[in-house]
Amino acid sequence: MSRYFTEDHEWIDVDGDTATVGITDYAQSQLGDIVFVETPDEGKEVSKGDDAAVVESVKAASDVYAPVSGTVIEGNEALADNPALVNEDPEGEGWFFKLTLSDPSELESLMNDSAYQDYVSKL
Amino acid sequence: MSETIQDPHGQDPEAAEGEDALLQLPLDAWHRARGGRMVPFAGYEMPVQYEGIMAEHLWVREHAGLFDVSHMGQLSFSGEGVEAALEALMPADIQAARPSHPVYSLLMAENGGILDDLMLTRRDDGSVYMVVNGACKWDDIAHFREFLPDEIGMNHMEDHALLALQGPEAATALERVIPGVSALVFMQGAAFGWQGHELWISRSGYTGEDGFEISVPAEAAAALADALTAQPEVKPIGLGARDSLRLEADLPLYGHDLDTETTPVSAQLGFALKKRRREEGGFPGHARIMLEREQGPILKRVGLVVEGRQPVREGGLVLDAEGNEVGKVTSGGFAPTLQQPIAMAYVPAASAEPGTKITLAQRGKIHSAEVVKMPFVAHKYVRKGA
Repeated sequence: MSRYFTEDHEWIDVDGDTATVGITDYAQSQLGDIVFVETPDEGKEVSKGDDAAVVESVKAASDVYAPVSGTVIEGNEALADNPALVNEDPEGEGWFFKLTLSDPSELESLMNDSAYQDYVSKL
Repeated sequence: MSETIQDPHGQDPEAAEGEDALLQLPLDAWHRARGGRMVPFAGYEMPVQYEGIMAEHLWVREHAGLFDVSHMGQLSFSGEGVEAALEALMPADIQAARPSHPVYSLLMAENGGILDDLMLTRRDDGSVYMVVNGACKWDDIAHFREFLPDEIGMNHMEDHALLALQGPEAATALERVIPGVSALVFMQGAAFGWQGHELWISRSGYTGEDGFEISVPAEAAAALADALTAQPEVKPIGLGARDSLRLEADLPLYGHDLDTETTPVSAQLGFALKKRRREEGGFPGHARIMLEREQGPILKRVGLVVEGRQPVREGGLVLDAEGNEVGKVTSGGFAPTLQQPIAMAYVPAASAEPGTKITLAQRGKIHSAEVVKMPFVAHKYVRKGA
């Protein structure tokens, strides 16, 4: 399984043609206390860069973009009851949605872990 | 007009809104050293949070929080007839105001809209001390310059910081540092000495909690902030929690819940329109406001509890049964004390009664809400005889 990152602070774990998407630890720390997450419905088609989910902190609402194109196969239902999971375990239990990749070549434009850490260190 | 207003930075306040032009306040380094996350606010870099808005909010509700509100404008007016001169610009009954007791008032536009909301206090020396909103202060100063007569002097106290200590343990903590303060009651102020500096302290604030606002010379601000946060009850709190606290306490925020399009009547701030002034008039917007009081406003500011967990924020629309926009949300967020989304909104007067169901729209999604009696969280002011 490979993990990629976007400049908008999403992470994506890819396993074959399915992928899990969430926001990074850096992103959750910037957002602060998360009080609501809206995940996309199963079957929704998303293109790379589309608004795919909404994450709301006490202070503000933010869009989460689809890092790659595909079809949503599952939203993380646990976030409806406990949005703070995103603060507690952003790159694990706090995932947002899973999708089936429609164009795996899009992954080539994303960062790997070391490139992302380097990117964040300069923000 | 004799005045001592100077902008030492020589900057146009509009330009100060750009990221490059952000100004720093006396406690800037103090906040950074304590992990404050600094963000642009009212032309300054200000701490939005330290450990997190939720934790800071709840800390203030249970203990005491120290807020830096030095971005707000502190003004001092003096001269023969200062009370009457200020009354020409706002509906306060300043001539009847008791010395050392802060009064809430509104700087009024000719059309009955609100230019700013403010606190003013008559002092024993005949001057009037005023605190105005940071985002409005340069416009307010220009307004006073234009409309006050020449014999009234105005001093912009840029050499002073303003701290707010708020929460149920504020009096206990502050009394240890500045003995005597706990004798003040809500909306009463006095001068105190601290380490050779003169402080003006009033028992007031903008969180709904008991607490104090402390005007302190800038050079003593960091030492005083240190002395206060050395008390076990006190933590530094950012402006993020100040916003959620004031929303829960039904305290409107200028530029959001109040602006030049809202009137004191529709904003439900009738208490700021003093009886003698209503009868005599003589402040901008009087005619329109009296008409609106008689006929009732078209829109009223109300509190809403939003169903579900998703906050509906400023800019959300109030819809009627046919889906037409009939009002707007002016403040909204997740209430940490209540653990649910709440909002302030302007709704048609007929829909302003508590219990009324309201339909909201935000980013293409419909939300249900209910008008509730404000404040959302009961005030805990310490009043005389309490």
